[in-house]
Amino acid sequence: MKPAAFDYVRAETLDEALEVLRQEGSDARIIAGGQSLMAMLNMRLARPRTLIDIMRLPELARIDAKGDTIVVGAGVRQAALLAWPELGRSLQLVALALPWTGHAQTRSRGTVCGSIAHADPSAELPLVLQALGGEVHLRSAKRRRRVAAREFFAGMMTTVRAEDELIEAVSFPAAQQRCAFREVARRHGDFAIVAAAAVQTAAGVRLAVGGVADMPVARDFPRLEGSALDEALNAFAYELDARDDVHATARYRRDLVRLIGRDLVREVLP
Amino acid sequence: MSRLQAGRRHPVRFSLNGKPCTGEAEPRLLLTDFLRHQIGMTGTHVGCEHGVCGACTVSIDGSPARACLTLAAQVDGCEVRTVESLAPSAGRLGILQAAFKRNHALQCGFCTAGILMSLDCLLRDHPRPDEATIRDFLSGHLCRCTGYAPIIRAALEAAAEMAGDVSRETTHA
Repeated sequence: MKPAAFDYVRAETLDEALEVLRQEGSDARIIAGGQSLMAMLNMRLARPRTLIDIMRLPELARIDAKGDTIVVGAGVRQAALLAWPELGRSLQLVALALPWTGHAQTRSRGTVCGSIAHADPSAELPLVLQALGGEVHLRSAKRRRRVAAREFFAGMMTTVRAEDELIEAVSFPAAQQRCAFREVARRHGDFAIVAAAAVQTAAGVRLAVGGVADMPVARDFPRLEGSALDEALNAFAYELDARDDVHATARYRRDLVRLIGRDLVREVLP
Repeated sequence: MSRLQAGRRHPVRFSLNGKPCTGEAEPRLLLTDFLRHQIGMTGTHVGCEHGVCGACTVSIDGSPARACLTLAAQVDGCEVRTVESLAPSAGRLGILQAAFKRNHALQCGFCTAGILMSLDCLLRDHPRPDEATIRDFLSGHLCRCTGYAPIIRAALEAAAEMAGDVSRETTHA
């Protein structure tokens, strides 16, 4: 339960961090708050040769409102976003979901981008990014690109980030639509058995579900009621390909998708 | 840019319980092990070592944090406080500690140091937390002895005492 040995690079500029990534690729890992990565290192599920600490880069620790988009830098801790005075007005869904992300004792250090980079299928922030249709801002020594949330997650704790890229920021559309969030976990702050978010759309509602498939999945539904809604949610629950594990059975997870899904849809489409 | 090489010890400097602290750490050394083995401060306990149990919680720059999910190298330049900072002097207990003792908020004591540090951070930021806030904060800790109820009682009592509106005698009565 102790990490294997690694070099520790304290980057003072973003270019330095990108240059180490360019040279060392998958042997190097970015560390920000470390609240997911340190556990992986302690259990030796990850054994990088080099850790690159990006928390001394003030340019990454910014929350910027750019028009209708809120850009959250890679150095922004979850507690800092939760304390951001504009959060409730600009990113209501994030305000609802963030208190469910870990505990106060991990949000104090864990970053928003770090949770998205880790891509745990039951984590709240990847789910919210999917539900809102946000973007991940990737950067390498050679190029910058933005990837939509629906293309960013590639599987269980897997993303399309290339070995020489880091997440510089993530952006969320500042949504004024109605939204709702619900989660079922054994203990508040533990990983979700099922977490779900709903956002009102022009045609109806987008429902995003985490904790069931290998990654958070978002689906757009037209405005449905009664048994039509139940059938659509049932089909969605089966498509998520739930599995039995030590926390819950697949059947229980499908039940939660149907029940929470219906509650959330009714909440955003009264 | 500084690169601290694996397998070698590098200087670490930070403020520990209000006093400057210097030591040497390999890059992979956890803050828990640095505090316990390099400094000899064994008040911070080591539980699960993956951030779940909360036994190792300390205050870093005023916020509660898992020392087992923090490298010693990461706290260079930071202000760290541990459970050793809570007692006003040797042989005396701080307000929160005394409330724990009165309310039997600990039995085996393994989780206690971490819980005390979380609650100490909470009470500094929110001098009058309600029970729901305390329960939410405690969700980041596991205690297998008390069932949490006495811990919540102790936290509420300590908060009231710190705010000066309840004397200890009244609470005892």
